[in-house]
Amino acid sequence: MDARIRVFTGHFGSGKTEIAINYALKLADMGKKVTIADLDIVNPYFCTRDERELFEKKGIRLVATPKELANAELGIIPLNTLTIFNDKSYEVIIDVGGDDQGAVALGQYNRYFQMEDYDMYFVVNTARPFTKDAHGVIEYIRDIERASRIKVRYLINNTNLSYETTIDDILKGQKIVKEVSQRTGLAIRYTTVREDLVDKLPDGIEGEIFPIKIFMLPPWRRDLE
Amino acid sequence: MAEKVLMKGNEAIGEAAIHAGCQCFFGYPITPQTEVAAYMARKMPKIGRVFLQAESEVAAINMVYGAAGSGVRVMTSSSSPGISLKAEGISYIAGAELPCVIVNIVRGGPGLGSIQPAQSDYFQATKGGGHGDYRLVVFAPSSVQEMVDLIQDAFDVADIYRNPVMVMGDGMLGQMMEPVEFKERPKREIPSKDSWAATGLHGRKQHHVINSLYLQPEKLEEHNKKLSKKYAEIEKNEVRYETYNCEGEVDLVVAAYGTVSRIVKNAIKILEKEGIKVGLIRPITLWPFPKKAFEEVTGRTKHGFISVELSEGQMVEDVMLSVKGRKPVYFYGRSGGMVPTPAEIAGRIRAIVGGEK
Repeated sequence: MDARIRVFTGHFGSGKTEIAINYALKLADMGKKVTIADLDIVNPYFCTRDERELFEKKGIRLVATPKELANAELGIIPLNTLTIFNDKSYEVIIDVGGDDQGAVALGQYNRYFQMEDYDMYFVVNTARPFTKDAHGVIEYIRDIERASRIKVRYLINNTNLSYETTIDDILKGQKIVKEVSQRTGLAIRYTTVREDLVDKLPDGIEGEIFPIKIFMLPPWRRDLE
Repeated sequence: MAEKVLMKGNEAIGEAAIHAGCQCFFGYPITPQTEVAAYMARKMPKIGRVFLQAESEVAAINMVYGAAGSGVRVMTSSSSPGISLKAEGISYIAGAELPCVIVNIVRGGPGLGSIQPAQSDYFQATKGGGHGDYRLVVFAPSSVQEMVDLIQDAFDVADIYRNPVMVMGDGMLGQMMEPVEFKERPKREIPSKDSWAATGLHGRKQHHVINSLYLQPEKLEEHNKKLSKKYAEIEKNEVRYETYNCEGEVDLVVAAYGTVSRIVKNAIKILEKEGIKVGLIRPITLWPFPKKAFEEVTGRTKHGFISVELSEGQMVEDVMLSVKGRKPVYFYGRSGGMVPTPAEIAGRIRAIVGGEK
């Protein structure tokens, strides 16, 4: 049974935001009441809060810095973040900024995480230079756990080279994520794959295959997809 | 072939500089380029090179001045307001004829402006920025891979001409992630720095002096003439641009650089389906500006040219200078961090081709 609160963390640029958005949409499609919280205090561009209209359309509640302050760079946490812990009728997705600097945003909510079970996912993309081997990934897991004061429960293999991703890349990533899993005891919960690649996946993929749609598109691709 | 990795533009700038042999990086954080400094802070000490976060942009550029004077490869990066602060130092570096690489990941202005992408520093980069008769070579990549390649080329061009080179990208290029590889770059012949670098006497009697002060007008004019000659040489040898869909007769030619050129390419594809043929000239060097590319197509473009920019109209002036009044030059721009979509640009082009001026 999944915990009501799901936290997505990982190294900067690992794909947390895309997965968080897709996860929220999946839960909403299943008819659940969903809140997505954008606690990213690191990234100035390509954030969950940019998809405000999409969430409104899908009836997903967004906890995020209001639009007029979204570019203020004050490292601020939205005022209504506590609703994710208080209102237990909602399924909750928390999108956290990358690295330990981003995970710091979670630390202040420690007593709430102690009161209620949560699933913290660690998203891995081994095509990123600092997480290209198990050692690098484990270092980030430790840093993020220290900064967030909560524990990772599951790994997600999100190895990709954006629009150039091949099945081979995903399998290469899987090998490294498996090694991380063996060394840390953390289970691989999902392998996230762009929708159009799902049919090409071979057998033996670790965890559940989670097809994702890409939302953080650069402007030249926006009218075309 | 090197293995591909997925990197944010700003990180890729750092790694590219390391590959190019950058020995020192001096910086100061500012969005949307902070990841350059963060990457260098993490990597440079591990490989025995220098990373230093200065107390200000002014300090950082003067550290660059010092390191460049000693002949090492050195880089700094900033975003628009930070480049304004560095302008004085850039002028001194150009005056003292020192090589260095300066990165500007441009945000909206003027003043503090915003943190969203813009191209409104075109004038600053190509028409001065700092004081005095100097020129900055300005590279404008349009993808993360091209940024990697141009950063490496920038170090070569800086060394060959003993001149600062700027690599300028809008905020989108700094923040977006794309697959990149760090290829072996074609080697250019780099002149020895022994005749000018301030590295100690080494048995010589005369010090090498790094200087931009010429109190006698005759001497300063002589220095200015020498610089002019160098700039003419750069204009002759270093112009870079890409043309796209410009063959034969065309309805309109777009001038666009950086990420805007990628939006324009998709606008061109939309219009192609409607039977409207639109070409693109993408300057890769903003200075020296690819005037010849415009001259070459002037006779073949029915409705003339349009400059599309993330500004209120800056590069459009260089397009006009290149076209010399022979054909109309239109402009379309978004600013303040707003970025047009392919459909939006296609709409503007459709209107011009349809007779609306």
